[in-house]
Amino acid sequence: MSIPVFILLIPFLPLASFVFTILFGRRFGEKAHWPPIIAVFASLFCALIAFNKVLHGFHLNEDLYVWFSSGHFKASVGFLLDELTAVMLIVVTTVSALVHVYSVGYMHGDTGYYRFFSYLSLFTFSMLMLVLGNNFLQLYFGWEAVGLSSYLLIGFWFEKKSASDAGKKAFIVNRFGDFGFGLGIFVVFLTFGSVHYADVFTQVNNVVGNSFNFLGFHIDVITLLAVLLFCGAIGKSAQIPLHVWLPDAMEGPTPVSALIHAATMVTAGVFLVARCHPIYNLSPFALNLITIIGALTCLFAATIALVQVDIKKVIAYSTISQLAYMFIGCGVKAYGAGIFHLFTHAYFKALLFLGAGSVIHAMSDEQDIRKMGGLKSYLPITYFTFLLASLSISGIPGFAGFFSKDEILAMAFASPVGAGKFAWFIGTVVAGMTAFYSFRLLFLTFHGEFRGTEEQRRKLHEAPFSMIIPLSLLAIGSVVAGWVGVPEVLGGENGWAEFLGKCLGHPHAHLSHSVEWALMVISVAAGITGIYLAYLMYLKRPELPISLCEKYPRVYECLFNKYYVDEFYSWLIVQPTIKCGRYVLRGFTDGKIIEGIVNGIPRLIGRLSSGLSRFQTGRVQQYAGVMALGAFILLLFFM
Amino acid sequence: MEYGFPLLSSLIFLPVIGAIGLLFIPRKEELEVKRFALLIAILEFFLSLPLWFGFDKTTSLMQFVEKKEWISSWNVYYYLGVDGISVLFVLLSTLITILCILVSWTAITEKIKEFFAALLFLEGVMIGVFCALDFFLFYIFWEAMLIPMYLIIGVWGGPGRLYATIKFFLYTLIGSLLMLVGIIMLYLKGGHTFDILKLASNSYDFKFQMILFWTFFAAFAVKVPMWPVHTWLPDAHTEAPAAGSVILAGILIKMGAYGFLRFSMPICPQATQAMTVPMLVLSVIAIIYGAVICLGQDDMKRLIAYSSVSHMGFVTLGIFALNYHGLEGAILQMINHGVVTGALFLSVGIIYEQTHTREISDYGGLATVTPIFAGFFLVFTLASIGFPSLNGFVGEFLILLGGFTAKTWAGFLGATGIIIGAGYMLWLYQRVFFMKVNEKVAGVRDINLREIITLLPMLILIFWIGIFPNTFLSYMHVSVTHLLDQVNQNASLAQTGPQAFLETAIRLIGG
Repeated sequence: MSIPVFILLIPFLPLASFVFTILFGRRFGEKAHWPPIIAVFASLFCALIAFNKVLHGFHLNEDLYVWFSSGHFKASVGFLLDELTAVMLIVVTTVSALVHVYSVGYMHGDTGYYRFFSYLSLFTFSMLMLVLGNNFLQLYFGWEAVGLSSYLLIGFWFEKKSASDAGKKAFIVNRFGDFGFGLGIFVVFLTFGSVHYADVFTQVNNVVGNSFNFLGFHIDVITLLAVLLFCGAIGKSAQIPLHVWLPDAMEGPTPVSALIHAATMVTAGVFLVARCHPIYNLSPFALNLITIIGALTCLFAATIALVQVDIKKVIAYSTISQLAYMFIGCGVKAYGAGIFHLFTHAYFKALLFLGAGSVIHAMSDEQDIRKMGGLKSYLPITYFTFLLASLSISGIPGFAGFFSKDEILAMAFASPVGAGKFAWFIGTVVAGMTAFYSFRLLFLTFHGEFRGTEEQRRKLHEAPFSMIIPLSLLAIGSVVAGWVGVPEVLGGENGWAEFLGKCLGHPHAHLSHSVEWALMVISVAAGITGIYLAYLMYLKRPELPISLCEKYPRVYECLFNKYYVDEFYSWLIVQPTIKCGRYVLRGFTDGKIIEGIVNGIPRLIGRLSSGLSRFQTGRVQQYAGVMALGAFILLLFFM
Repeated sequence: MEYGFPLLSSLIFLPVIGAIGLLFIPRKEELEVKRFALLIAILEFFLSLPLWFGFDKTTSLMQFVEKKEWISSWNVYYYLGVDGISVLFVLLSTLITILCILVSWTAITEKIKEFFAALLFLEGVMIGVFCALDFFLFYIFWEAMLIPMYLIIGVWGGPGRLYATIKFFLYTLIGSLLMLVGIIMLYLKGGHTFDILKLASNSYDFKFQMILFWTFFAAFAVKVPMWPVHTWLPDAHTEAPAAGSVILAGILIKMGAYGFLRFSMPICPQATQAMTVPMLVLSVIAIIYGAVICLGQDDMKRLIAYSSVSHMGFVTLGIFALNYHGLEGAILQMINHGVVTGALFLSVGIIYEQTHTREISDYGGLATVTPIFAGFFLVFTLASIGFPSLNGFVGEFLILLGGFTAKTWAGFLGATGIIIGAGYMLWLYQRVFFMKVNEKVAGVRDINLREIITLLPMLILIFWIGIFPNTFLSYMHVSVTHLLDQVNQNASLAQTGPQAFLETAIRLIGG
């Protein structure tokens, strides 16, 4: 069986478009967006075909060619198409296509217009290779390639120091995660003799109980594997302790934040865990770790989001927090629920970002929500779509976010392990916070009085057509995306769980309908409370937040400064390493010790013997003589 | 296996004769001098292509062999041949020399004739080093290589060239001297022959192997350079003209690693096995030390030089992992490093020609001023930090896999170099190409056609090796298997680990 053309086209059309646009795009000027847009829509079309085929039972696992082989090691480029891949293909191509269209309006007039679109193509290609891969090496390739696209797009306005810093930071922080990921691939190969998913997952039951000598410690091989791979997920999906790059990534153009840093790339970590569920299922330790890291990140990021004043930063922390929900889902073995949230989140979060982009565009690049307000009447469509997305993320019944978040919380509650209940509790509290910060953002931006300058007010305008269309389509997605997974308790069939269950397995936990109802009521109540509090604090009594800040200045400062994690890392890792390089290694060990010896020996010899001091004259003939003499002496010594 | 035509001899002597021919061209005909040198280099490259197409990948035997008696009283032969370990380096040498001539086209303004003659002569002897199968002949090439390199840095180098050349010369000379002692000992003990293959097929007692291992080590470790004998490299690189740096990074320092593969491992297999742990430790130190020190550099060439220390640490890590993946990764990484670091030095040379500064702080915003150049440099940067689908990744991956297999700590610590590597290279890229345009470089023009042609082969190789590495790996499979067999022949007898190291040390000291 060979790989059908429509599958090959999915990633390679965007690749072709990238190569073409980066080389020749400059000549096309304002029309440079056409090749990437055509490519991504064709790719979307092929992805729909693929999805439809999978729906009818089609599966594929084929190698395209052997990338490199050495001894027993073989890495290939190959494609795997199953339910999980099919869902990811839909998410990636739809959001990418919409963001392409949106960018035509948003990036209009930018000097790097063609460059921007070529990078979008590069990203789309990389992400599709990531989800389509049938082995760990290709996953790693996609992993790094999306990282590169992210680096290029975060630093797209590279003249700004902050933007180029942020791109670099994203890349390097991710390398910390990839470090573990890479070692994980070594362990995979040394344990299974292959890096193909199929080989690994079919053999994984045979190695239960085996241990692996890692740095002298004998660790259960499956747990080791699961934890190492999870390191990569932590980096890419911005979970504690490697979350620090994502908020900074907001330096990139807003369409990029929507596509890469909300809907697709950052969910790669969740995808990785779901893809490797046969491994994770066998390691309770790793599952608990994922659940706990998920729960902590969820709370941690949400608390920061409560007080941020940059419109994109709020949404960025919200993304971290929502990704953590997905990990909670995976951690309690409800991989389908995690991917479900990934799916719905992709639409409502992309919508929030694109809506924010529309606001920033209208406000002449202002991002501080304290200087906004009352935009509702100027940007009615943006406002309406933003509202739908906020309702969705707040878990209001009927909207997409409600179904997926609820499923995760129910599964966490039903999980037999302690971490599950803990995660449920945190998750429910954070559901309230999520609603609060989302509506705080909405109210501060769109309601009340306009607080910007007069000049900004004059320029206020609703987004152009090319931006409105994607907003509207995403708004539809933010509402209906959840309807594919309506739980039985609400009279649905949960076709989603049925579909993904074929590939990811069905969670074992079962809840009675009454418990499910109760959980649902609690989380909806949390959401509504959050919205009400936001209404109270930011519309009804705007003096309340100020007095709260004054009452608890320490807490406020701590949250506003993101718990000082960046400062801590700078103090603990970045500065010491750079200083070590400059002062200890360059200045001392290389500069004083080694150079001291190197320069000292000839000097010493020179003092001892005037004849040998001619070493330093640099005359080649003398060296030859000395060489022969030395050789002779040494020869006598050794014989 | 012989070949109908003395191909390797032609490859060695065509550039040498070209260098002599160059001296007959009148000094004022500068363009003719350059054209002639370029012509010779291109001819040489085409002459080397039969090595690529005619190489038999199914045998570990030496190919394109030439053997003539030379000094019969000492049993010295003029004996040449290549196998899967050396063949790619010959090809890399012929390619890189062309690029070196191109990059020097307008950069060298004084003693042009002598410069290109030195470059061509260097090419000939470098190829000689990779082809020699007689120790006597090898040593001649090995030492002869120093002279043109010494001149290239010493005559056409930067302001600190005198110090740099003396340091370079002394370091390598002391190393070579010890190797010479080793060679003579081997000659006396191994049946009065310099035939490398014959010497490798003998077995020697452990003590003798250890002595030999360390005498070789002295020469090769300096050349690689391994930590802590690396300090000549930053000085030599910084002061050398662009072409000198490119050859140094691209070919010359590969000879140290090549020496380990060709001599230390097959001739002293037990000693090599006993020494793996200390060697892995030194490699890991080089990787991390070289990477961290890069973070403290202000000079672009110095930074890239130190990154070479780090990258060559990967190579020695792969070699002394003593397994298949490590070795193949190491050989591929030697090629990769030659290509990538060569390309980086070419790039720095190209921009230096216009700006006359290597200080990183004098740059900034070049991506705005010179977008094409920025694109090339970005690919080189990514290749250097092991981005998959570019060449650096494959080598580093196999090396770390090999290191991890041998000792988990070696793979673990070695992999930290990848994190720091991303740190210093991206930081360099940011400071040079991103942010506001520094007024010192505001007037720089983007690269011209000649410069694009200089960089393009490297770019193509980076993608080629990155996407289809099997093309290159397939040249080494059989030879690497053979080499491992040679080392493992006495595996059961060999002791490994620090214990053996200590015991040996005690034995040596105590007699």
